[in-house]
Amino acid sequence: MKEQFRKMTYPYVLWISIMVLLPMLLIVLYAFTTYGNETLTLRFTLQNFRAFLTDTTFLQVLWRSLVIAAVTTILCIVLGYPMAYLIAQLGDTGNIIVILLITMPTWINMLVHTYAWMGMLQDGGLINQILSFVGIGPLKLIHTTTAVIIGMVYNFIPFMILQIHSSLASMDRDILNAAADLGANELQRFLRIILPLSVPGVLSGVMLVFLPAVSSFFIPRFLGGGQYVLIGNIIETQFLTAGDWNIGSAISLIMVVLIMVSIQMTKRINQNERSQG
Amino acid sequence: MNKELIHLKHVSKSFDGQLVLDDLDLVIHENEFVTLLGPSGCGKTTTLRIIGGFETPDEGQVIFDGIDITGLSPNKRNINTVFQKYALFSHMSIAENIAFGLRISKKPQSYIDDKIKYALKLVGLSGYEDRRPDSLSGGQQQRIAIARAIVNEPRVLLLDEPLGALDLKLRQDMQYELIRLKNELGITFIYVTHDQEEALTMSDTVVVMNQGYIQQIGSPEDIYNEPENAFVADFIGDSNIVDGIMVRDKLVRIFDVDFPCVDTGFGENKPVDVVIRPEDVILTSPSASPLTGEVTHLIFKGVHYEMEVTAKGFDWLVHSTRMYPVGTSVGISVDPDNIQIMNKPESVDEEAVPVDLWTEQEGEENA
Ligand SMILES: Nc1ncnc2c1ncn2[C@@H]1O[C@H](COP(=O)(O)OP(=O)(O)O)[C@@H](O)[C@H]1O
Ligand SMILES: [Mg+2]
Repeated sequence: MKEQFRKMTYPYVLWISIMVLLPMLLIVLYAFTTYGNETLTLRFTLQNFRAFLTDTTFLQVLWRSLVIAAVTTILCIVLGYPMAYLIAQLGDTGNIIVILLITMPTWINMLVHTYAWMGMLQDGGLINQILSFVGIGPLKLIHTTTAVIIGMVYNFIPFMILQIHSSLASMDRDILNAAADLGANELQRFLRIILPLSVPGVLSGVMLVFLPAVSSFFIPRFLGGGQYVLIGNIIETQFLTAGDWNIGSAISLIMVVLIMVSIQMTKRINQNERSQG
Repeated sequence: MNKELIHLKHVSKSFDGQLVLDDLDLVIHENEFVTLLGPSGCGKTTTLRIIGGFETPDEGQVIFDGIDITGLSPNKRNINTVFQKYALFSHMSIAENIAFGLRISKKPQSYIDDKIKYALKLVGLSGYEDRRPDSLSGGQQQRIAIARAIVNEPRVLLLDEPLGALDLKLRQDMQYELIRLKNELGITFIYVTHDQEEALTMSDTVVVMNQGYIQQIGSPEDIYNEPENAFVADFIGDSNIVDGIMVRDKLVRIFDVDFPCVDTGFGENKPVDVVIRPEDVILTSPSASPLTGEVTHLIFKGVHYEMEVTAKGFDWLVHSTRMYPVGTSVGISVDPDNIQIMNKPESVDEEAVPVDLWTEQEGEENA
């Protein structure tokens, strides 16, 4: 029986190997070898990493990517948490409808949203028209950090809301009743019970927002303008324009390591949260 | 009887158009151990939640110590609750769980420390301060839930089937623990259960409920010995419930046989329900009684024999210390004192629900 099951997984294992493992291995191979190996001469080197880590432009871009992703993530928490909290207060029907509305944009390709934002953020675009109408604008929005962050928050906030919402919705009502029973008012219930119990949801939201934000490339390209470069753009350029697959692979590998470290750190925080309170 | 503490005045409550409590009126006294007893779904939890403030009645009032608290939020009531599924705070240690209410009311740390120690000792879990709730067994979590409630010195403790999830042995131990605790604290307990034995063992007063109505309020002895209707008789312990005709005062006819009894005031030739407990059925030789039958089942129960006697198409449940083998012809007689006469239910609402139906449902729920 168990043997049978194992046999059934073989095609899947093969699929995973070809589609995921092989490209990963190729990236590792490229990252540690030098240019000109179409015939796979396999000359191993750390030159690609050295090139990245000694180039201050590269490092600046990496830093900027991390900062922008962090700001995006924080904004997603700050805006998404109250949203998720309000949704959790709705009745069952309202709940389903709003969740559907929030999920819907994620069904549409991210590229489409980003184009739409390009139009809206332009100097004579919708946002600026509204801003001038209320007397704040017009402001220079397109091709600024603000535009990039707006685009990222818009694209990634549904994931944050859904994660927080599911941690709030799965909370036992009687836990909150118990807190009220013991004298806690609404604010105290929120600060002492709801907030700490929703930390795991926030953390998984952070992973779903921070990771794609740090490596996204077309939001900064379209909303940040040509000169506005994040690490995802560099990787993209190395592969597609500059044709230096080795440096591109090395940077990708550095990102993979950074991401794995941050996932581990998030898990650690989560466990501490659970064991200390 | 002590002073009146809680009065539910004509309380009604519906969920989604379905009436769950119908004009419920209940008085609870200071320092009383009151048990709400009834089959699953009869509205016990809803009643408790209305007292705790987690539900608002559609109609009626909740009076606490002379003051109307119907709309008062739970955090402002001097009442604490032990929830059915414990509802411990999983992100806090045991000590922090117990301290929760005291921290909210800004008690000094030394007072809180003393209270934690005292409460853990009271529930027999000293030394568990730093454990996490999910590292405790069900019974231990239950006791922490009790400790967390009582440190706040409430005037009333509400307990919703607190022993429901425990196994039989632990349940019996905890019953005695709770009675001891109640006596030690000297506060009012309002206890919800669907287990009639638990209700009879622990309570000063039992409130038997069915389908949102109170069927009977009384001491455990009253409820057991003098059930007011067939539902109560059927729900509390095993009973023989037969149709009878009240011929006149102190004489009831069952299966065409006249039995002297002690009840009066039912009128003449009136149909009634007659309840006879199995231990009150006396088996005699066939010649000694006009009602005769044959023993069809026999089980030895340790203290007594349990027999089934078929007489005139009705299976009588009989408990006796004397054994009559299956197939024996016997006479059935009953001491007049032990015949309990009840009016037939007047409305459909009061109609007794067959008990096996409910016990089956409980079984499924617990499984
Ligand atoms: N919040 C609620 N929403 C809808 N129906 C409910 C709610 N609470 C209880 N009920 C219904 O009310 C009836 C009584 O429930 P409850 O008071 O929990 O009974 P018990 O505790 O005696 O088992 C049940 O039919 C139950 O389904
Ligand atoms: Mg219940």
